Amino acid sequence: MWLRPRIEATRRGDFRLRLTRGERDALRSLPGQLRELLATDDPSLVRLFPPAYPDDQEWNDEFERLTRGELRGTKADALRVMEETVDAERLTEEQLRAWLGALNDLRLVLGTRLEVTEETYAEDVLPGDPRAPELALFAYLSWLQEQVVAALATGPRG
Amino acid sequence: MSTAAPAVAPTELDLPDDEDVVDPDRPWVVVVWNDPINLMSYVAYVFQSLFGYSVAKATKLMLQVHQEGKAAVSTGTREKAEFDVSRLHAHGLWATMQQD
Repeated sequence: MWLRPRIEATRRGDFRLRLTRGERDALRSLPGQLRELLATDDPSLVRLFPPAYPDDQEWNDEFERLTRGELRGTKADALRVMEETVDAERLTEEQLRAWLGALNDLRLVLGTRLEVTEETYAEDVLPGDPRAPELALFAYLSWLQEQVVAALATGPRG
Repeated sequence: MSTAAPAVAPTELDLPDDEDVVDPDRPWVVVVWNDPINLMSYVAYVFQSLFGYSVAKATKLMLQVHQEGKAAVSTGTREKAEFDVSRLHAHGLWATMQQD
């Protein structure tokens, strides 16, 4: 069974989600945790809200004033979709796109906390490393996101 | 690249103010910066789905970001650039805008 893609476009135009119970349990609490974090100014959120005008504080403040609320709302909505469909066997294209955004935001926050570099992907997670659980989770989320991108890219409208 | 914002070297020089004059006709350029978290496949997918670029063009731009550290992905009026930057931010990409 695992030789088939874990996320796959169907003839009905939606997507089949072949995740194990263990994977779904690992994913279950993540969207809620990030939604709570979104309401704060936690430094690990820095990559979710990059400056549009890095050299012009005044224009950047204005840009943020106009866009930040909607940006937070879009991210919170995607996290809510992932939370509500974590046990689903099938997802619509819109729901899978929400998963894609939610997974990316989760990786941006976790990767920022772990100070991920391009080398991190090639390194083994050592059992004695205190960051081992989070590094393993980051690797899993990266792999899952690759599966979502591949499914959407070859999907009915991809 | 690190996850921090690009460092700007402090300058003691009194540079001429010419560059601060805003010419409304000069186009704005939207730049996407390399970062170690966004996946290469994802970045190419976002360029395709947001801008309608072909697989070839989206892949070329993604590789430019990855190898050269940044790439200009769209140009236009300030309003269009702000719209594109906000959509790229909604997809988690590190996008900024500047008038070249």
